[in-house]
Amino acid sequence: MSETSSATACTNGPAVIRAENLGLTFPTGDGDIVALSDVNLTIEKGDFVSFIGPSGCGKTTFLRTIADLEKPTSGTLSVNGMSPEEARKARAYGYVFQAAALYPWRTIEKNIALPLEIMGHSAGEQAERVKRTMELVNLSGFEKKYPWQLSGGMQQRASIARALSFDADLLLMDEPFGALDEIVRDHLNSELLKLWARTEKTICFVTHSIPEAVYLSTRIVVMSPRPGRVTDIIESTLPRDRPLDIRETPEFLAIAARVREGLRAGHSYEEGSV
Amino acid sequence: MNRTSLTTMQFALALLASGAAALGLVFSLPDPGSVPLLTVFFALGAAAMVRLIRPINLWFDGALMLLGAVALLLALPQTGAMPAHFWWALVASWAFAWLFVERLSAAIRAGHLPETGTGLVIPVIFGLALLVAWEVITRGANVPPVLLPPPSAIGARFMAETNILWADFVQTFIKSVLPGYAIGCLAGLAVAIAVDRSPFLKAGVMPIGNFMSALPIIGIAPIMVMWFGFDWQSKAAVVVAMTFFPMLVNTVAGLNAASAIERDLMHTYAANNWQTLMKLRLPAAGPFIFNALKINSTLALIGAIVAEFFGTPIVGMGFRISTGVGRLAIDLVWAEIAVAAVAGSAFYGVIALIERGVTFWHPSVRGGRA
Amino acid sequence: MANRVIPVLTILLAILAFWYAAAIWMNAPWQDRLNARADLVDVPFAEFAAQTWAQDKPVLPAPHQVVSEIWNATVALEITSRRSLAYHAWITLSATLLGFAFGTVLGVALAVAIIHNDASDRSLMPWIIASQTIPILAIAPMVVVGLGSVGLTGLVPKALISMYLSFFPVVVGMVKGLRSPEAIQLDLLRTYDANGWQVFWKLRWPAAMPFLFASMKVGIAISLIGAVVAELSNASGGGLGVRLLTGSYNGQTVQIWAALFIAAGLAAVLVAIVGAAEKWVNGRMGARA
Repeated sequence: MSETSSATACTNGPAVIRAENLGLTFPTGDGDIVALSDVNLTIEKGDFVSFIGPSGCGKTTFLRTIADLEKPTSGTLSVNGMSPEEARKARAYGYVFQAAALYPWRTIEKNIALPLEIMGHSAGEQAERVKRTMELVNLSGFEKKYPWQLSGGMQQRASIARALSFDADLLLMDEPFGALDEIVRDHLNSELLKLWARTEKTICFVTHSIPEAVYLSTRIVVMSPRPGRVTDIIESTLPRDRPLDIRETPEFLAIAARVREGLRAGHSYEEGSV
Repeated sequence: MNRTSLTTMQFALALLASGAAALGLVFSLPDPGSVPLLTVFFALGAAAMVRLIRPINLWFDGALMLLGAVALLLALPQTGAMPAHFWWALVASWAFAWLFVERLSAAIRAGHLPETGTGLVIPVIFGLALLVAWEVITRGANVPPVLLPPPSAIGARFMAETNILWADFVQTFIKSVLPGYAIGCLAGLAVAIAVDRSPFLKAGVMPIGNFMSALPIIGIAPIMVMWFGFDWQSKAAVVVAMTFFPMLVNTVAGLNAASAIERDLMHTYAANNWQTLMKLRLPAAGPFIFNALKINSTLALIGAIVAEFFGTPIVGMGFRISTGVGRLAIDLVWAEIAVAAVAGSAFYGVIALIERGVTFWHPSVRGGRA
Repeated sequence: MANRVIPVLTILLAILAFWYAAAIWMNAPWQDRLNARADLVDVPFAEFAAQTWAQDKPVLPAPHQVVSEIWNATVALEITSRRSLAYHAWITLSATLLGFAFGTVLGVALAVAIIHNDASDRSLMPWIIASQTIPILAIAPMVVVGLGSVGLTGLVPKALISMYLSFFPVVVGMVKGLRSPEAIQLDLLRTYDANGWQVFWKLRWPAAMPFLFASMKVGIAISLIGAVVAELSNASGGGLGVRLLTGSYNGQTVQIWAALFIAAGLAAVLVAIVGAAEKWVNGRMGARA
């Protein structure tokens, strides 16, 4: 796949993420595993990009490479014009994991303050930011609770607040709602869209749910496994303001059909080549 | 609740209790009324057989247990073996105690009685029953005091010798155990943190630490006495050696307890090693560190006392125990053992309390019965 | 394999080097006095070091002295000799094994009683824990003397101490293990209308196996410690504890260290045997090695 220029309504700022011929190979006991192969992608400021594909397609690996949790073995990758490591040290992004990973010995507010403590913010600044981000994710009133006293959905909201608290422009989310039931997930999806509209952040979102990807994204990156690669990039034609019932419109269903087709194409390609 | 029918086991216990009481009544017939309270117990205990027709409240069984124990203790002869029907009284009141505890725990489980409070009564009853049986058997069967003195004699000796016991406690616990424990645990913690940064050192230290934890380290006591002299220093040194390895091994394991996601999180914040240690890995290691602290609290006291067998100034719990055996002052030895048991339990209890406060977040602390 | 052995060997070598250095440093004052008495002056360091490693009753014997003492006291002597370390090790080992066997059986029996009977759980468990607050090791010699006065002598009193120590981890581990099957696994057997006996043998007992072996590893190690300490009471009885005691009376440091090394070796072998049994049983039960 060649690099696709953005044709969406978002601002034409400099690229937040630019991957060129990116590759990543894990050596294992029985041969190498090609987790990413020849990935070319540009993500611009304000984009909401979803990565979708079957397990093993490298979508999580790609996100972890952006976060400098994995090192690419070939190609180049820049985040905010820097190397991933420089970007990490500049605290350029917030990362939301599959599990909330809140520290059980800290209250919710202390959990959200954790990155602020590490980054050396003053106590007053910490309190102010914690208050603001807790309001942003509708968790006000739960400051003094411990994580294990909250439901799964609330824990994941707290972990999003933690990623937002230090005001990085880029938010990396790795199947953040994967472990939640569908009702909670719908709710958090619409909240996430509002949050994105209010904060104007760039969001990279890994998922294996087609409706979720279509509902949330301005662009959908379809990936396929063995080797992990990008097979299709779909621009969403949906408006930015999306009520939940937009999912019943023909427009939504058309995009979903295209994603499904892209996933199927990757599948048949795989069977034809192996 | 008293209308619930009895289980097979409860029924058997009820038969045993009332049967023993009836037999006691028969055996006491030759000299009736010599011990009125005991006779009352026998009569009521045998009468409890009416439960075959009509259920009896469980508290009645509890009252019978209590009556039997009190009557028996009051009636114990000062010298000589006790008459046969006393043994039936012991069997009967033991069976009533057991029956009472069985019915009590069944009532708690069925939700008729609250868990808190009542739940505590059961082990207390068991402990008291043990003490009563000990007292009755040692005195009633004329067990030589050299072998096992009755609890009352131990208690009396305890009250009479508080000065000696206190001096021994200070020498062994305050001077030997506490400094040795503090040094050993801190050293283990420090070495674990130092080693933690290097996978090579960790790979080398862990098997050796595990191995050392299983060794009879207490055996170095004679060597420590040669090196550091007779006073508390040598005992503290033994305690240091005994507590060091459990703390080392547990802390190293604990520092690895943080999950991959939690560590990745710190990585995404570009946290330095010190921050990762203080904010993630040390708190996550808390339960492991407290585990070692608890293990060590018992090891420390044992180490200090055993080390005193190899030479002491003429004070200390181990000294008193070994010389007490030689001079056949067994009740003093038992009083010393009681001090050691109480000190050891209190030490353990304090650490466990601190643990509950510090690692309140851990599932083992916040969920259910310990 | 090499990745695991090399770090351990490195640390061991470091300990060995440290030991030899410490032996020079700790034995030097006495060696100085000896040399002064013999009018030896200006002894070169290499020779002085060799002297400190060859003293008769050193403060800290060099490792090779301990090893040669072990050799002389095992291989070079008749096994029946009272000075043979193998003889003493056998006495300690037999008390350890007997006590460990008693302790394991008692521990398993108590655990089975506890999980099947609510009243015994409530009444026994607190006292089983309390039983360990009595520092039995600290009074072990006394207990042995006491039991001796009622005619229980030889192996049994020592084994009783080992039993008292080793039943505890087994009870705690087995109660945990027998209760480890999850509710859905128990519910499954309920749907088959399995009786209590079947639930025990087909679910609880296999589920408890890993816990049993973990406890037995702890139990065998403290059984050995119990046997050694129990021997401290009776210098004529024999055993590694007695070697420690007589060594301490006579200032025979090499003898003490040799007995310690043998005890350490025994502990290692015993724990390794239990560990091998654990692997075998777990392997047969389908666990990955």
